[in-house]
Amino acid sequence: MGGLVIVGAGECGVRAAFALREAGFDGPVTLIGDEPHLPYERPPLSKTFPTAPKHIAGEDAYAAARIDLVRGRRVSAIDRAKKRIAFAEGGDLAYERLLIATGSRASLFPGMEKARTLRTLSDAETTLGSLAPGKKLVIVGGGFIGLELAATARKLGADVTVIEAAPRLMARVVPTEIASVAEARHRAEGVAFILGTQVRTVTETSIMLADGHVIEADQVIAGVGALPNTELAAAAGLAIENGILVDGCFRTSDPDIFAAGDCCNFPYREARTRLESWRAAQDHGKHAARAILGGEDAYQRVPWFWSDQYDLTLQVAGLPDPAAASIRRDLGDGAFILFQLAPDGSLLSASGIGVENAVAKDIRLAEMMIEKGINPEPAKLADPTVNLKSLLRG
Amino acid sequence: MSEWVEACAVDDVETEDLIRFDHAGKTYAIYRSPEDEFFATDGLCTHEQVHLSGGLVMDYIIECPKHNGRFDYRTGDPKGAPVCVKLQTYPAKVEAGKVLIDIGG
Repeated sequence: MGGLVIVGAGECGVRAAFALREAGFDGPVTLIGDEPHLPYERPPLSKTFPTAPKHIAGEDAYAAARIDLVRGRRVSAIDRAKKRIAFAEGGDLAYERLLIATGSRASLFPGMEKARTLRTLSDAETTLGSLAPGKKLVIVGGGFIGLELAATARKLGADVTVIEAAPRLMARVVPTEIASVAEARHRAEGVAFILGTQVRTVTETSIMLADGHVIEADQVIAGVGALPNTELAAAAGLAIENGILVDGCFRTSDPDIFAAGDCCNFPYREARTRLESWRAAQDHGKHAARAILGGEDAYQRVPWFWSDQYDLTLQVAGLPDPAAASIRRDLGDGAFILFQLAPDGSLLSASGIGVENAVAKDIRLAEMMIEKGINPEPAKLADPTVNLKSLLRG
Repeated sequence: MSEWVEACAVDDVETEDLIRFDHAGKTYAIYRSPEDEFFATDGLCTHEQVHLSGGLVMDYIIECPKHNGRFDYRTGDPKGAPVCVKLQTYPAKVEAGKVLIDIGG
């Protein structure tokens, strides 16, 4: 096999590159990123400051694995007939097989174009670098990123207001009871909320709400979701549908082109989904690497997310249905987990919140139970003296 | 040089689980295997300095509660991304119902 080329040097692309070597591939591997930095982990950007980048791998690790890391160059086109990619800065490169791992970017609604977003290391440096005690920060969006940023900004002493269009926080990702715990904590830390309110327009230093009310700020940051970076794939004629459409092996509609991570729409259980998740990016990258080398097994991993806000950690396994009933397991010190069952009785999701890693062990076990298709007894899920390992192992 | 310290009682750790043990400004993890053998490692994950004590033990693997970095707690060997740096291990033994670990190194 000739050269394998990976477009996108985020979590997914980097993991795929190393996984190709771990799987024994000996030919050329080229990993291309459009940022100038050595590839870094994105999750800390909203959670910590100062943002000394945490590199996914050291520079010497790429050399040792003979991964040709190309930084600061953007791939502008894929010529599928000639099997070559072109660079925006000029020049091109042949591929035998190609992995598109272009990730996602922050989305903005019309009228919000002037808001800052947080996606890259340079975004974090600009945004968080200017926060200081007394500075007024308005965050549009009460999801993971907005709330992590709110917590970080409070730690830096900034005056923080969060505006959310839905009537409650994190409505897309976690059940109400969990969102309420986080909201109470943010309020206790001094964050102001304006919920159930749309934003009409944004300037660099002000926000106009749907009712015409204007809020002045030193900085406006939006965290209202992400869009998959599909333009490159779309221009090459690959099938797109809320992300680059792939099968369980991350194959696109072109047998020599694969797509994985945030940019792809992949089969999950009986449906399709697109995730914006650090863990999925890793797992996709590793799985796609094996598929590129001929692996035929379908991806089965269960989605897993986490968020850190102050000393609280939320963890989610599976895809919760915000409207579905939950079974509650109290772990002490305010920590708890909400389990949801599918109509057939199998475990569908588990969402937990608690100080530090209070929920981690049980969420991990829940993830394994979901993956194995286990039908747990509700009473046992609710009883914290029942070790979930016993349910996993039957 | 050996420096054995008492970490906990045997019954403080459930089978196939771990606890945190702090001593002289350092933090350790004490493991009890599915076969009721005891092991000890540094208490913090080598990826982001998270306490491993909130993590899950399955067989001989400890998984970090934060980002799922995995180690074989008998040898400290990393078992996959995001961890790549080995976890320091310490000899452990049981005497009179107590678990002792050798932090002398």
